[in-house]
Amino acid sequence: MNNLQFRLTINTELARKILVSFIHDEVTRVGLKNAVVGLSGGIDSALSCALAVEALGAENVLAIRMPYKTSAAASMNDAQLLIDQLKVESKVVEITAMVDPLFAQFPDADSKRKGNAMARARMIVLFDQSVAFNGLVIGTGNKTEILLGYSTIFGDAASALNPLGDLYKTQVRQLARALNIPSPIIDKAPSADLWVGQTDEGELGFSYEEVDRLLYLLVDQRYTRDEAIAAGFGIPFVDTVIKRIKQNQFKRMPPLIAKLSNRTIGYDFLYLRDWGT
Amino acid sequence: MSNLTIALAQIKTKLGDVQANLEKHLAYIEQATSQGAQLVCFPELSLTGYVLQDLTSTVAHKATADDPIFKPLLEASHKTDLMVGFVDEDDRHRFYIAAAYLSKGETIHVHHKVYLPTYGMFDEGRFFAWGDHIRAFDTQWGRVGMLICEDFWHASPPYLLWIDGADILLMHSASPSRGLDEHDKMDSSRWVEHINQAYSSLFTNFVVHTNKVGFEDGLNFWGGSTVFDPNGNLIAQSPQFEESLTLATIDLNQLHRTRARLPILRDERTSLVMKEMSRILKMNNEQSSISPHY
Repeated sequence: MNNLQFRLTINTELARKILVSFIHDEVTRVGLKNAVVGLSGGIDSALSCALAVEALGAENVLAIRMPYKTSAAASMNDAQLLIDQLKVESKVVEITAMVDPLFAQFPDADSKRKGNAMARARMIVLFDQSVAFNGLVIGTGNKTEILLGYSTIFGDAASALNPLGDLYKTQVRQLARALNIPSPIIDKAPSADLWVGQTDEGELGFSYEEVDRLLYLLVDQRYTRDEAIAAGFGIPFVDTVIKRIKQNQFKRMPPLIAKLSNRTIGYDFLYLRDWGT
Repeated sequence: MSNLTIALAQIKTKLGDVQANLEKHLAYIEQATSQGAQLVCFPELSLTGYVLQDLTSTVAHKATADDPIFKPLLEASHKTDLMVGFVDEDDRHRFYIAAAYLSKGETIHVHHKVYLPTYGMFDEGRFFAWGDHIRAFDTQWGRVGMLICEDFWHASPPYLLWIDGADILLMHSASPSRGLDEHDKMDSSRWVEHINQAYSSLFTNFVVHTNKVGFEDGLNFWGGSTVFDPNGNLIAQSPQFEESLTLATIDLNQLHRTRARLPILRDERTSLVMKEMSRILKMNNEQSSISPHY
């Protein structure tokens, strides 16, 4: 493979400047000055939190850790490293007591259902705390996971604004290094930490390094399936990734509305969210 | 009198709030004139914001003295010439992305954007009518031409203005940043700078570009407004991403010196262009390979 094809190296200073201004601008234009970020102990939420602190100041960012009873202790500790470094406001809200009563009613629920419920319980906590803290929820989903649908709709995919949504995972790593995110957070294997021993790359079946290169060709460079294969990627890998992108389009869209009237929200009622600000 | 002081008013706008944007214009004009500006240039759609969508018909104005938005701008134009961006509604209620040049209480010229990007992230053709004219016009500073963003992504509009006598090209944009890689500027910024510099070099002209800044949803506008001289040299540049007022004094006699050295304009063979263009379009018509539309 020709490495010049993959322009995944980013100018981190430029990315940092734009994303910090983005957070500042979009929070303040609605009359607020605060933000709430859920800290998992992983790199994505660490980076979102660091960008929010740079944009709004440490005293205006609330970092919330939301462990479930099976969450790894290392996740809590890694998140603490970041909290200490950024000197950000923080809080711990256990979600076990929110999630377990639901599955007491459905003891046969599998780990997927439980994982989704945990992600949604965290969403409830974040949006509730955002009202109490008078701020917006900052998202943590990167472009790789959004494209692959590796997230829970209305769960970790929910936020008011998402500074990482146009950065691939490998680009998140570059920017995290530039912002001096503690190295244990950058270096460990990415995990949703929904059950013991879970890792993203184990579950997905490929590495972020590998899939980012393929996604870059398919999405950014508009390569066809056959062109991607000709560029050196294996057929099953390319087909798996294309299938995931298509199958998960629903997670990237608001709920469908059936058109009845002459003017329908989503089709011909077209305004930006920043309308009038 | 050969010096002209141009102010690049690289502003953020409030989406759809024309009154608020007018007030910002007047404040910038005040500041610019206090620093000696003789021409103040604002970005594309500076009075309305860029991604207007269904706001389009509600923010339209006419560049006339009885318009409540243009009245104060025309008054301000007694102190300095102005280039502003707005939505123009014609007598038959078609809406255009427009640039107005105001001077001494008069609207000297209105340009309607002739190329409406309707691809990728852009959807202008859905909401706006296509302009049909490319004209240079006379000002107290010489003959000038105005173009709006995508207009100058095509080579023909700047060329036509040059042939129509424009020695100063006033470009303005609402150009969203896109294309992050290892460079210290985005793809879009580098591209626009390259072509502005290229036009100043190819036409031995002054080329002024004013771009907007700020965010509209997730789109950010990169600013980086520029002035290039007839030698293709960068005279002034505004910062990237920051709201700013940048003043640049250009020496109009540079046109004389550069064109004495490099008579590209003198030697331009417009009849040859016409002859070959006619042949090519006739041939294409016959082969139907390119539709000579618009």
